[in-house]
Amino acid sequence: MALLEVHDIKVYYGMIQALKGISFEVNEGEIVALIGANGAGKTTTLHTITGLLRAKSGSIHFDGKDITKTPAHHVVGMGMAHVPEGRRVFANMTVLQNLKMGAFTRRDKDEIMDTLETVYHRFPRLKERQGQIAGTLSGGEQQMLAMGRALMSRPRLILMDEPSMGLSPIFVNEIFDIIQKVSDSGTTVLLVEQNARKALSIADRAYVLETGTISMSGRAADLLNDEAVQKAYLGE
Amino acid sequence: MSFLSYLLKGVSLGSVYAIIALGYTMVYGIAKMLNFAHGDVIMVGGYAAFTCSMTRGMAPLPSILIAMVVCTVLGIVIETIAYRPLLEAASPLAVLITAIGVSYFLQNIVLIIFGSNPKSFQSLVKIPGLKLADGALTISGETIVTILSCLIIMLILTQFISRTRMGQAMLAVSEDKGAAQLMGINVNSTIALTFAIGSGLAAIAGVLLCSAYPSLSPYTGAMPGIKAFVAAVFGGIGSIPGAFLGGILLGVIEILAKGYISTQLSDAIVFGVLIIVLLVRPTGLLGKRIQEKV
Repeated sequence: MALLEVHDIKVYYGMIQALKGISFEVNEGEIVALIGANGAGKTTTLHTITGLLRAKSGSIHFDGKDITKTPAHHVVGMGMAHVPEGRRVFANMTVLQNLKMGAFTRRDKDEIMDTLETVYHRFPRLKERQGQIAGTLSGGEQQMLAMGRALMSRPRLILMDEPSMGLSPIFVNEIFDIIQKVSDSGTTVLLVEQNARKALSIADRAYVLETGTISMSGRAADLLNDEAVQKAYLGE
Repeated sequence: MSFLSYLLKGVSLGSVYAIIALGYTMVYGIAKMLNFAHGDVIMVGGYAAFTCSMTRGMAPLPSILIAMVVCTVLGIVIETIAYRPLLEAASPLAVLITAIGVSYFLQNIVLIIFGSNPKSFQSLVKIPGLKLADGALTISGETIVTILSCLIIMLILTQFISRTRMGQAMLAVSEDKGAAQLMGINVNSTIALTFAIGSGLAAIAGVLLCSAYPSLSPYTGAMPGIKAFVAAVFGGIGSIPGAFLGGILLGVIEILAKGYISTQLSDAIVFGVLIIVLLVRPTGLLGKRIQEKV
């Protein structure tokens, strides 16, 4: 059984149908990429999984449990963290306060400090800047903070929405390195990206979203060599 | 000496404004709405305390506690029934109009129950005043208790927000509701908690206000409510220290204007100062300047 199973979800914004019944799954330990153009429904999909949006029909199962109607604030505690598009760090809080917010649902104080050390080990820059106000960090540092904050909940599955958006090429490489390392340490990753080449290069499998439906899926390496994918998403 | 006694009276009135302004500013910071019924919650607190202490003959402290419970529950009920269904779906204007509706609703309910004749509220402050400098300066018990209450409330509230889980949740919700939900914070219950705290404080403000100015009518809360709203904007709406500073300054300006310039003009002067401050600093004295980094 897959860790995350999304079955035929349909989502509407008022009268407009954003997702026209999509199904996919993420297995434990995988990096799965959702790629597609602007407006294809990638962010909508993630928001529906974590409960920020409601599906009109279809079902979402996480670790065998039906979470289709679970409110967003309960999902984190079940082991799923979401790094939202645009980072959404708490701009007026310090780096450390932001990280502690990530552990909001946890009650094990001592172990939270261990997790904090792990996060600092992965993002040494966050440790250097732990007292700094998050809003004054650079875009790349804010992305690291958003990822570190999500990791503070010790998730089994981490959803990342456009982690490379608006970052300089150096930071893009660094962010993708970190995603790979997060995956290596045993966290399952569902990655939404417009930078399809980068996403496909680290993912195990991928799904291509096109105006609310999945148009293609398969092993990331195969999609990377697929002519149609290359034409539409890799700019070749 | 008269300046000093005006100043103390101003700080005391300002303390009441500050306590009320906290309710406005917290609700605005967290739910991004202006709860114009907040002033009327003060009035309900006054009537609750009046009923307990004057009609039923209860001691001051239990009367105040019951008034706080009544207002806290009232705040949660108002939020859940009147505002919550609108906060996500409707326009901010619809919420604002609803708040004005709730304000009239509360005034009229109290009008039906207690009638329109003002009640004479006997002060619940039972400590004696101080006479300083051979009686040239007298400080009433009400003044002392009001200023102390405001300081204690500020202290407890800032500690609550910086030290407790719920306080941190309030901060997170005030910054970004969606991100707060992703952290596992229940946004609806955090908003309800904010209304509960603001309304509980309104009860204290109501009792202090009526103890110093002992006439209680269904419209008692309206003017202090507006002044406290002004104080919150003056200090920077959304900012807790701003509500404190704005409240105190407003009270002092009002009393000094009454004492030295003109009783009739005092409100005009208060609002005039507000206009000037907002022209120079549109976000208020301690308000955050909006600054976003992409």
